Amino acid sequence: MDLSGLLAQLLNGMQYGLLLFLISSGLTLIFGVMGVINLAHGSLFMIGAYAAFVITGWTGALWLALPAALIGGALFGALLERGLFRHFYRREHLDQVLLTFALILLFEEARSALLGNDFHSVQVPALLDFSVPVTPDFAYSAYRLAVLGACVLVALLMFLGLERTRLGSAVRAAAEKPEMVELLGLDARRIHMAVFALGTALAMLAGALAAPLQSVYPNMGDGFLIISFVVVVVGGVGSVAGAFWGALLIGLVDTLGKAYLPEVAGLAVYVLMAAVLLWRPSGLFAPARG
Amino acid sequence: MLEIRAGTATAVLPRRRLASLAAGAAVAAALPRPARAQGAPLRVGLMLPFSGTFAALGENIAAAIELHLAERGGRMGGRPLQIIRLDDESNPANAVQNANRLVGRDRAEVLIGTVHSGVVMALVQISRERGIPLIIPNAGNVAATRELCAPSIFRSSFSNWQPAYGMGLALGRQGVKRAAWITWDYAAGNEAGEGFRQGLAAGGGEVVRELKLPFPETNFQPLLAQIPGLNVEAVGSFFAGGGAVQFVREYAAAGLKERIPLCGSGFLTEGVLGPQGAAAEGIRTALHYGDGLDSPKNTAFREAFKARTTRDADVYAVQGYDAAQMLAAGLEAVRGDLGAEAAFVRAIREARIDSPRGAFTLSPSHNPVQNIYLREAKGGQNRVVGIAAEALADPGTGCRMPA
Repeated sequence: MDLSGLLAQLLNGMQYGLLLFLISSGLTLIFGVMGVINLAHGSLFMIGAYAAFVITGWTGALWLALPAALIGGALFGALLERGLFRHFYRREHLDQVLLTFALILLFEEARSALLGNDFHSVQVPALLDFSVPVTPDFAYSAYRLAVLGACVLVALLMFLGLERTRLGSAVRAAAEKPEMVELLGLDARRIHMAVFALGTALAMLAGALAAPLQSVYPNMGDGFLIISFVVVVVGGVGSVAGAFWGALLIGLVDTLGKAYLPEVAGLAVYVLMAAVLLWRPSGLFAPARG
Repeated sequence: MLEIRAGTATAVLPRRRLASLAAGAAVAAALPRPARAQGAPLRVGLMLPFSGTFAALGENIAAAIELHLAERGGRMGGRPLQIIRLDDESNPANAVQNANRLVGRDRAEVLIGTVHSGVVMALVQISRERGIPLIIPNAGNVAATRELCAPSIFRSSFSNWQPAYGMGLALGRQGVKRAAWITWDYAAGNEAGEGFRQGLAAGGGEVVRELKLPFPETNFQPLLAQIPGLNVEAVGSFFAGGGAVQFVREYAAAGLKERIPLCGSGFLTEGVLGPQGAAAEGIRTALHYGDGLDSPKNTAFREAFKARTTRDADVYAVQGYDAAQMLAAGLEAVRGDLGAEAAFVRAIREARIDSPRGAFTLSPSHNPVQNIYLREAKGGQNRVVGIAAEALADPGTGCRMPA
């Protein structure tokens, strides 16, 4: 095993893990605060990627797609929460699963009707269309490094927001002890809508950021949804810090597995999940529930 | 497997099938049946994608078939041809139903199709069961001219094995001793991988590592980062469409292109040079067609195709044109009478098809024996720079053709 190869793979793993964090942080908060298993979360990622494809096609500028995905995602998330999810919090998990599964079908069908079933590639912004050597014999596209930086930035902002703002601490309280929100006289509806808007915005931002890296294709969110659930389980439901470290761990294990043990790469992350569940059944960073 | 699928399709859609049967019966009863005379039109069913991802391929194949028919005044073997188009949408789930519709309701006597290698299996099955002649104008799955070969099944295109074998052979002859192979882990990618491995071995080299990722994933990074450590002189690949665009761009972005040349089956750069841009410049690929093939036949074909469709001809148009030429060779020999099945099959098998790609004949398993050209991507074209493998036949392993 050569050292520079390992270095490149570690970077790949971190970059993949950070992207996973954007998706799974929303998933874990939505489940932690509202108790909803949102299967449509992967479709939101797909919508973000197609939004980037459409906006880049119209304007030639991916820069415009990122704020559009964030703001559009927040509005779309708020709308979904207000119109649909709000009515399902007190229902059984099966009803919630049916709702979110129906949303997957609706989103994919709408995508098929509006934009077709083709593979599309999204151009990297011209400014970042060059490569930076990261090891003596392997280079990284500047865009890929920029995505890495953007993910770190979003993670930092999230921690600051959750730790230092009133709404943030209310969200943390709601995620750790949902019953406390009512007792403290906080407006649960506002918190729910904020959490859902944030989760949707992050998933769509992740899709838009990933579009030039992954290309854009039908059902592209499915794989991310499954692996994001693994992240949530490993990190601990409702914990953003858990989602962060869990995503990095899963990203590294998956990438190093693909690189050095290709025969078992498909299994590696699930073995890790099983091990974590045996060792700490509620995840690495599960909030202590009283 | 295929029989099970056919069974399910019938079970799931009995009403629609009944309705189409009833409609067919009604039409048949209402129309006076003409005696099967020499002059009656021969119904040719074109099952191709006219919508979806591969629509452009289907349109070019169909247009080239119609171009050749027009060149012959609408007749082959003295009989006028009636072309029946059916859009298969490249959807394997509807393939059996669509194939049945063509031979059932539409009473097609000859089938030409299709692009998608999953969908073509339904046509192969129906051709094997009913002996209806089938000409495959694209789908390259090796099984159609290997273990599933049949006297009634012909291919005007290629087997997935062929272009990759040519690429491997050309590399080996250049003196490449160690190469890696990278592809999606699915039938077409693995069949091409087998060709590349054998071709390189025939040229004196060796595939030291196969790198694969699930279809149609595009997280190439963990695979690309392994390449510098493999100590290889070249990397061969099979990708197509959007995945090929992405892969070629990332290979260049990883700084690998200048040090370890990338090559592959021609589909890596076919029809996608625009979005690949500078990342594709100089990449060598192998295919049975390319830009700048300077023969009178090719020039005439390209001009005629452009005049008819206003589009530039491509490899798919060539394959469609040659499917029509193969059908003509068979029908001329039996003067339009498909009842003379053995003579029809023999005529195509022994024909020399004057293709825009260069003349070819068919192998004993009915796949083209053709030159695989070495091409180099330059200024948005795949320029032919030489011949990677001359008169290359698919081995046809496992084909037991009844005499």
